[in-house]
Amino acid sequence: MIDCDVHAVVPDTSVLEPHLDDHWREVLTTTQFSGPTDQAHPPNLATSLGDFPAVDGAAPGTTLRSLQAQVLEPLGIETAILTCDYAVDSIRNPDAAAALASAVNDWLVAEWLDRDPRLRAALVVPIGQPAMAAVEVHRLGGHPGFVAAHLPVRSAMPYGNRGWWPLFDAITEHDLVAQLHFGGSPGLPPTASGWPSTWIEEHVDMASAFQSQLLSLVAEGTFDRYPGLRVALLEAGFAWLPAFLWRADKGWRGLRREVPWLRREPSAYVREHVRVGLQPVDGPPDAAQLAQVVDQLGAPEMLMFATDWPHRHPGGLGSVPDGLPDAAILSENARTHYRLP
Amino acid sequence: MIVDCDIHNAPVSETALHAYLPEAWRRRRSAGGRLAPEVEASRETLGDRSYLGSEYPRATPRAARTDAWPPDGSPPASNLPFLREQLLDRYDIEYGVLTPMLGAGEQLDLESGAALASAINDWQAAEWLDPEPRLRASINVAYEDGELSAREIARCADDPRFVQVLMLIRTAEPLGRRKYWPLFRAAAERGLPVGVHYGGWGRGPLTGTGFPSFYLEDQVGMATAFQDQLTSLVFEGVFEEIPELRIVLIEGGVAWLAPLMWRMDRAFELLGSEAPKLDRRPSEVIREHVWLTTQPMDEPERTADLPVLFDHMGMDDRICFATDYPHWDFDSPERAIPRVLGEDRRRRIMRDNAHALYRLGDG
Repeated sequence: MIDCDVHAVVPDTSVLEPHLDDHWREVLTTTQFSGPTDQAHPPNLATSLGDFPAVDGAAPGTTLRSLQAQVLEPLGIETAILTCDYAVDSIRNPDAAAALASAVNDWLVAEWLDRDPRLRAALVVPIGQPAMAAVEVHRLGGHPGFVAAHLPVRSAMPYGNRGWWPLFDAITEHDLVAQLHFGGSPGLPPTASGWPSTWIEEHVDMASAFQSQLLSLVAEGTFDRYPGLRVALLEAGFAWLPAFLWRADKGWRGLRREVPWLRREPSAYVREHVRVGLQPVDGPPDAAQLAQVVDQLGAPEMLMFATDWPHRHPGGLGSVPDGLPDAAILSENARTHYRLP
Repeated sequence: MIVDCDIHNAPVSETALHAYLPEAWRRRRSAGGRLAPEVEASRETLGDRSYLGSEYPRATPRAARTDAWPPDGSPPASNLPFLREQLLDRYDIEYGVLTPMLGAGEQLDLESGAALASAINDWQAAEWLDPEPRLRASINVAYEDGELSAREIARCADDPRFVQVLMLIRTAEPLGRRKYWPLFRAAAERGLPVGVHYGGWGRGPLTGTGFPSFYLEDQVGMATAFQDQLTSLVFEGVFEEIPELRIVLIEGGVAWLAPLMWRMDRAFELLGSEAPKLDRRPSEVIREHVWLTTQPMDEPERTADLPVLFDHMGMDDRICFATDYPHWDFDSPERAIPRVLGEDRRRRIMRDNAHALYRLGDG
C-alpha cells in the first residue's frame, strides 16, 4: 500500500533550531517567537485527535518512531508521503517564513527521509511570496525524497493566477506534484460572505476552496502552459467532484469565448491532471450510492489511498469503505501519479 | 402549466424609480455620486455606493439574452408587454415570481438602501403586479440591517402578491449570523420564505482563495457561495431558533446539494459539539427547511445521472423551475428539465412545488 498523506508535525521550534542560521536562531531567542500558531486542525477537536497514544513520550506525528509504530508497520505500508502543514503562510514577514520553511524541509530530510527509505515528502514552501517559494523548490526539488510541493488550498490568490508562474515553473522543472492540501492561512475569509463563526463550518467549507482552486487552475490555462503538471488534492473529500465538474463544463460551454486557450472541457483537464487522496471519505454512507458517486467521477484512477494519520476518521486508520471499485486505489494510482518506483 | 421562480424585471432607468422615493431621497439620489448615463445603462443594479472592486466583463451587455432587448430599446425585462410576449405567453406561464436585481441590499449606506428597497417594492406593485395578474413579487430589503429589513417586510407583507423576501447570496457576513435573524423572524412570522439569489459582492473575494480572474470562475464559482451559506445557516442553528423559516436558494443549481449534505452529516458526526443547537443531522434540517430553483439546471455528462442525482438529494418536493429571464443563461421551459426525470418529477418541478412553496393557489 502507498499512503499519500501522513503528517509530520513540528512539535516546536527547538527541532528547527539546528537547521536555522545564527540570525534566525537569535531572532527566535530574542523575540521568543514560537513559530506559526495557525493550525489547519486545532489540536483538541475530534478530527484532529486520532485514537493514537504517545510513542516514547512523543505525540503522534512528531517523530519517525511514532509513524513507523502506528502506520508503516501495522498497515505494511510500502511508501508513505509526508505532509507537514506547518503554517509558514501565516507569517507575514517573508524572510522569516522562508527561513522557517527551509528549516522544516531540512528537518524532514534529517529526521525522516534519511532514516527510513519508505518515506517521501512534500516540500514546505513560503507561498506568501511565490518567487521565494520557487527558490525553495529549486533548492531542494532535486532531492530524491521530495516528490511534491505542499500548497495549502487556501491561498491569498488562486493558484491559476499568473503571479504563481515562477512557482509552477519550479515545480514542473523538478517534476514534483503540486499538492493542494486542506487548510491555509491567507488572512482572508474562507467564504464569499465572510468568516464563519465555527470551525465545523470552516471544515465543511474547505470543499469550496478546492473547487475554486481547480476552476482557477483550469480556467487560467495552467494545464495548457504546463502540460506535464500533476496535482493532488489531499484531505479534500471527493463526493463534490462530479457535481463540480458538471457545473464547470456547463459554464465553459456558455463562456468559452472568455478562455479561448482551453482546448477541452474542464472535466477533461481535471481527470487527466488531478488525483485525490481518499480520506476524508465525504460521500454517502450507503455503499451503492458511494459506488454511483465514484462512477460519476468518470475516472476511478483519480482516487489514491491515504490515512491522513494522525487525524481521526470514522472507520479507523486505513479503512477503505465499501463501494470503492478498484484495488489500484491502494497503491498503483499513487505510484503512477507520484512516479514512485 | 408552469411556474417560473426567477424573473428579473428592471426599471427603464434609475430615474424611473424616483416617483416612488420620498423627496429627500430623490434629491439625494439625483445629486452627487451618480454614474455616467452610459455606465448606468450598462448595469442592472442601481444606487451609488456599494462594494466595488470585483468587476468582470460578462457574457453580454447586462448579462442578458441578446434577443431580450425590447423593440423600443429599453433595457431587458423593463417592458411588460414585451416580457408577456417573450416569456409569459410564449411558454404559457401560470405564475412568474419577480426577482429584481437592483442592489438595494448592497448599498453601503443602509438607509439609502432601505429607501431604494421601498421604492422598488412600490414600483413592482404599481407597474407590474397591478397590470399583470400572473406575476408575483419579492420584497426587496436592505438586508445588511435586520431592523430596516423587518420594517420593510411588515410594510409590504399584507399585500399577498408579495410571496417572499429577497436577498443575494453574497452577504457581508455568513447568513447564519445573528445580524440576519430579525429579517428571518419577520419573514417567518408572515409566512414568507426568504429567497436568496445568485450574486452580490460580499465584502471581498468570491473564494476562500482570493479573487478569481474570469467571469467563468465568478459564474461557476457562485455555487460555492451557496454551499457555504447553507452550511452557515444549518450549523449556526438558525432553523432551531426560527422553526418556521423557509429558505429558497435561487440560481444556485442543485447538483452540489447531495454531496454537501453528506459532507455536513459526516462533519456533524465528528464535530457536533461545535454546533450545540443542532440535535439532528444537517441533512434532515435541510430537507425540512430548504427549497432550490433549477436554473442553471445541472447537466451531467450522462443524462442517466440526472435521476440518480435527484435520488441522492431526496428532495423531489423542494426543487422549483426557474428561467432566469432575461439573462443569457436562460433555461427554456421546453428543454431545461429533461424527460429522463420522469413525468411525476417534472410536474412537481415545473409547477407543483412552487405552488406549495409560495402558496400560489391561496392568494
